[in-house]
Amino acid sequence: MSTTMNNKGILYLADGTAFTGKSFGERATRVGELVFNTSMTGYQKILTDPSYKGQIINMTYPLIGNYGVNETDYESERIHAFGLVAKDIAFKPSNNRSVMNIDEWLSGQGIPGIWNVDTRMITKKIRDEGTVKSVISTEGLSFAEAKKLCDETELRQDWMKEAGTKERFRIEGAGYRVAVLDFGIKTSILRGLSALGLDLHVFPYGSAADEILSVKPDGIFLSNGPGDPAAAAEGVETTRALLGKAPLFGICMGHQILALAVGGRTYKMKYGHRGGNHGVRDDAKGRSVITSQNHGFAVDERSVTDCGMIITHKNLNDGTVEGMRHGSLPVFSVQYHPEASPGPNDSSYLFDRFLSMMEGGRD
Amino acid sequence: MAKNNALKKLLIIGSGPIIIGQAAEFDYAGTQACKAIREEGIETILVNSNPATIMTDPGIADKVYMEPLTEDAMTAILERERPDGILAGFGGQTGLNLSMALEERGVLARLGVRLLGAGRNSIKRAEDREAFKELMLTIGEPVPRSAIATNMDECRDFIRDVGYPVIIRPAYTLGGTGGGIAFCDEDLSLLARRGMENSAIGQILLERSVAGWKEIEYEVMRDAKDNCIIVCGMENFDPVGVHTGDSIVVAPIQTLRDEEYQMLRDASLKIIRSLEIEGGCNVQFALNPENSEYVVIEVNPRVSRSSALASKAAGYPIAKIAAKIALGYSLDELKNYVTQKTSACFEPTLDYCVVKFPKWPFDKFGAASRKLGTQMKATGEVMAISRTFEDALLKAITSLEVKLDGLRVDSVSRLGDEELRRKIDACDDERLFAIAEALRRGTDVGTLYEQTRIDPWFLNKLGNIVRIEKALQSEELTVESVREAEQTGFTDDEILRLSGVPREVLQDIRIYNDIFPVYKMVDTCGGEFEAVTPYFYSCFDAEDESRVSKREKILVVGSGPIRIGQGIEFDYCCVQGVWAIKELGYEAVIINNNPETVSTDFDTSDKLYFEALHTDDVMNVVKKEHPLGVVIQLGGQTSLNVAENLAKRGIPILGTQFKSIDLAEDREKLRLLLGEMGIPTPDGYSVTDEKEAFEVVEKLGYPLVVRPSYVIGGRAMQVVYSDEELIKYMDEAVSLSAEHPVLIDRYIEGREADVDAVADGEDILIPGLMEHIERTGVHSGDSISVYPPHTLPNDVADMLVEYTRRITRRLNIVGLINVQYAWDGEKLCVIEVNPRASRTVPILSKVTGVPMVKLAVAAMLGKKLRDSEYGVGLYRKMKLCAVKVPVFSGAKLADVDVALGPEMRSTGEVLGVDEDFAGAVYKGFLAAGMKIPTEGGFYIGLRAPDRNAKTAEILKEYIDCGFKLYASEGTSRFMDEYGIEAKTVSFDEVMQKTGEEICGLINVPEVANKPGSNSFDIRRKAIERGLPVLTCMDTAKVFLEAIRLKKAGAALRYRTLEEYLCNA
Repeated sequence: MSTTMNNKGILYLADGTAFTGKSFGERATRVGELVFNTSMTGYQKILTDPSYKGQIINMTYPLIGNYGVNETDYESERIHAFGLVAKDIAFKPSNNRSVMNIDEWLSGQGIPGIWNVDTRMITKKIRDEGTVKSVISTEGLSFAEAKKLCDETELRQDWMKEAGTKERFRIEGAGYRVAVLDFGIKTSILRGLSALGLDLHVFPYGSAADEILSVKPDGIFLSNGPGDPAAAAEGVETTRALLGKAPLFGICMGHQILALAVGGRTYKMKYGHRGGNHGVRDDAKGRSVITSQNHGFAVDERSVTDCGMIITHKNLNDGTVEGMRHGSLPVFSVQYHPEASPGPNDSSYLFDRFLSMMEGGRD
Repeated sequence: MAKNNALKKLLIIGSGPIIIGQAAEFDYAGTQACKAIREEGIETILVNSNPATIMTDPGIADKVYMEPLTEDAMTAILERERPDGILAGFGGQTGLNLSMALEERGVLARLGVRLLGAGRNSIKRAEDREAFKELMLTIGEPVPRSAIATNMDECRDFIRDVGYPVIIRPAYTLGGTGGGIAFCDEDLSLLARRGMENSAIGQILLERSVAGWKEIEYEVMRDAKDNCIIVCGMENFDPVGVHTGDSIVVAPIQTLRDEEYQMLRDASLKIIRSLEIEGGCNVQFALNPENSEYVVIEVNPRVSRSSALASKAAGYPIAKIAAKIALGYSLDELKNYVTQKTSACFEPTLDYCVVKFPKWPFDKFGAASRKLGTQMKATGEVMAISRTFEDALLKAITSLEVKLDGLRVDSVSRLGDEELRRKIDACDDERLFAIAEALRRGTDVGTLYEQTRIDPWFLNKLGNIVRIEKALQSEELTVESVREAEQTGFTDDEILRLSGVPREVLQDIRIYNDIFPVYKMVDTCGGEFEAVTPYFYSCFDAEDESRVSKREKILVVGSGPIRIGQGIEFDYCCVQGVWAIKELGYEAVIINNNPETVSTDFDTSDKLYFEALHTDDVMNVVKKEHPLGVVIQLGGQTSLNVAENLAKRGIPILGTQFKSIDLAEDREKLRLLLGEMGIPTPDGYSVTDEKEAFEVVEKLGYPLVVRPSYVIGGRAMQVVYSDEELIKYMDEAVSLSAEHPVLIDRYIEGREADVDAVADGEDILIPGLMEHIERTGVHSGDSISVYPPHTLPNDVADMLVEYTRRITRRLNIVGLINVQYAWDGEKLCVIEVNPRASRTVPILSKVTGVPMVKLAVAAMLGKKLRDSEYGVGLYRKMKLCAVKVPVFSGAKLADVDVALGPEMRSTGEVLGVDEDFAGAVYKGFLAAGMKIPTEGGFYIGLRAPDRNAKTAEILKEYIDCGFKLYASEGTSRFMDEYGIEAKTVSFDEVMQKTGEEICGLINVPEVANKPGSNSFDIRRKAIERGLPVLTCMDTAKVFLEAIRLKKAGAALRYRTLEEYLCNA
């Protein structure tokens, strides 16, 4: 049931900071990792992106819900984020595709939201102190109750194990056969791969390398997904076994898992990259692109170059690793999102790069 | 790819005078570009004829040519300087057109000068409609069906195919000059003809109308490596049909889904890449709200008004980065100047909402049609920032200084339902308020959307404001309702008016519950990275980010939007003031709301507050910063207006105190004071009704100067010659402002002079005197004026200095003062005292080398003039002559007269500088864009008072110069009397010959600005044909100087300002 727009909602941070705002969406309480996202458009895609599982999203853009919610902008079947924090909510949206407002949508999906809080203050707090365990509640919880709940709750790190498909499935295509390892894949990635005519065999988390190789893939794709890549031991193991069997392309968590599989390390960033405006330099192109980003962990540069990987992409702002390739094998990955959704489409050429790798592999 | 080291010397073209469609934004862009290039160690040369700009100040470029932006002048300067390249993209359409002309004439190739930034092909393909359309089709970007026409038959053919409505746009023009939407044959023939006349190449574009679609703009940047970014996307509140310069514009884009946003972003990148622009460009789209279909409307391959807005809205210095790109840098080599750590190759993300609101000149142009369309009419704009759309919108409205601080306009509330509906359809400058009124009366958003095509999201936001209005009116005030109203942007005054509670009650609620704004930073990145720019806006939120330093600080109150009577010169003064404050070791804080200007650039002051200049907003900043003092004499009438309220609250005002300001501003008090001092003023009286007025006529006789008791830009001032005119004026003026009396002064016909001085409380320094060409009665802002005076006798000049010194002492002026005098050959009278910076301050500073504002600020802070290197008294006369020529945006406003009068009409000015008077006059007219005919005919039409011997002398000189004269019947008789040959012509004949045999007008009308009168039509026709229209005999006389020089084929010499000054 939708809470009325004037009921109280609270956001309680593990360090004791508390915010009171108005509630929207579902009457509910959730504990999650509070992160911020700087995208000015695309809230529907962000909320349905499985990589946000377990996270409460604070939007830096203050006016959220302007164009409502439609039937197409889904990155998965439902909202994965645990809560939404905004400065101002449009209860009367406007767009030719809108079928409901964001308040109705969140309540239908069981997700609490709070608005009319100082989202910039929250952002700066996360920037200065890092992402933080937090409680969002629209049920009239007191701060003391929220604190207790916060203290008692341990955040899960292995969401990738359940964010993706539970069953193997196939999206048929006339082209190369690609095995997709699903850590919580975004629909746009599947759409991007399909658009190349690929025959997609999507495997759930924990699938063994043998099973995957049994479909005789021409290429292997490692998807995005939520959580700490170090918690995905099975995924890393499988990936290691698949290396060298076929051209491989990883995105986001797929990129991190590849790093771990080759013997590298990943680390948790202070507050990650979430948004659609970072410049990333692509050495192969000799120029830079604006990227769509959503990650809280990153690949340690030295750890992978020591294992024979070559860094191909770097973030222009902080110099973090945004892409790499194997020194000898047709294997590459990026930390950011060439499928965009939301964000700039500048990097869609990477899907073509994957395709040409498979073409090379077949010769 | 790094800086191209072969570039040692570059030339930048400025945009020339301010006209509608090309305003202060180019001073901002040009200043940034000069600084960006100069800091690379490259010699920077600037050519600009506009003296009121910061960019032409010493220290911005290495060399400044204040010379006309003509091909001849540019060619001579290029030959003299031999730069490695020129940058055309910072001088607006003027810069592009000029550089294209130089390129096409082969001048650039001959001299080996490279066109940097947007090259010839880029400009050509973006600017030439046909080439652009072709390119769009090649890259698969949709454009509206369109055709190019150079004659009426081609227009009619297109209509047969596509039908009405169609949009008409002339090729190569500014601000959509001559454009419009044609709904029928009649519109078509009018608009098409006008468009062809206005186009530099006689070409217009006819286009399928997408009126009613969403209008979306992207500011795009690209470097030579092909890196591309969007700096900011913007959405127009008003759908396609209203020129974007006349639209309320919102940043970022509000109503597009991510896919729609990315679709247009992709298109923008594709377009800038196909045009191969190295630098910035602006792409405008129309998006069908029903089905997301889009078309590309226009591309500007240069910095623009929109890029200035985007720079301020996003905190990203487009002009600066564009200049660096032109030097060879790539985006990913440059840093984000705001964070100083992250890369410039990123897309700014906003965590606030920006609203730009246009400032229209309709208060000055009473007769002008207020309808908004494809031809831009605004002279300036304001920008407001907040965390909600509602607050940003209401702040923007307050910033306009139209005595409004909400959505309620009395004249609109009084309309009947049907009238209101028609008002909304009329699409004029008050449409927003009419829509709010309709919402107040219960009209639903769906109906209003159908009627206006303004997106329901915006309409619902207006509905939200109206809902709060109603709650304040009908419910008791509570802490929560006050908080909500303040957060939504309601001013205290509006809350009081709506709720009817006493001010103390509201104040108590605010104080006890701490309902005060906090300041947030504009940082380009939504808070993701730490930023170092001190650029703030207010909002009602939790955290205040503005950290107040321990340094002593001084607050400068800015000048708000550019309007007629208060132009870019006051921004110049504010910027100079800020620099002077910094130089003296204080922290300089500025508050202003004009996105086009240098004063609101992020690195001009130590701290910038982007706010309305309402007393409350200034007080909030004062409360926050606790400045040592507030400077209110640099921002024109706007900043002076807050003086009283600040003084009442005990806030220290630096320099001249409020008491003195009040004495100078109140004509009655000033008259008495000057009387006591034995300084003459024109005899005059203040009256409140017609009876009293006629008593004054008895005493003084005609002609008389009549005006309301308050003054700005000579508003509603008039010289009347008869009872009839006086009665008419009284009727209009009294209804205009019932509470203010009307002032009636004797009209002193004579020469007028401007004196600007700096005072320190003991001494004064007068850098120079300026004499007007036109006689008294013509507004000083509209008259041509000359430095040094060319006819005033020396003893009169001495008297000017002495009077000014005495007035300054008596009024205890500290800082700047401007006094206007009239000299009728016998007596010297004071006609106005302005205890503040004036329009002439930048001119005098430049032509004498005396940094007036800097000295004034030093004086305010206790420094003495006699200790400065410039001394006291009248400064030595330079051996140069400078002539200021006003520039009118006549071609933009079809129903506005160009005849000179006491009401100011010019939007900008140029300066002609030369070694002698004739050369300076000639250059002034050239720079103003005036055509100077050397043969052909002049039409002469004179009002009775001007049919005299002096006039006859002037007209004879025209005959001597070889012109044939045509005249109206009455004027013809007068000319006969003096033996001047003229052909008598009827109105129809004049209209038909104008632009053909007749190549200029000398036309002094009885009353200016009477649309529908014959003489008005003749003047309009001439203006639209670009012919000189001289409406005062004094102007006609001085115009001969230019004609003679041109006829003699005199080669003008072009020199830098510094060279002229060294001469002296």
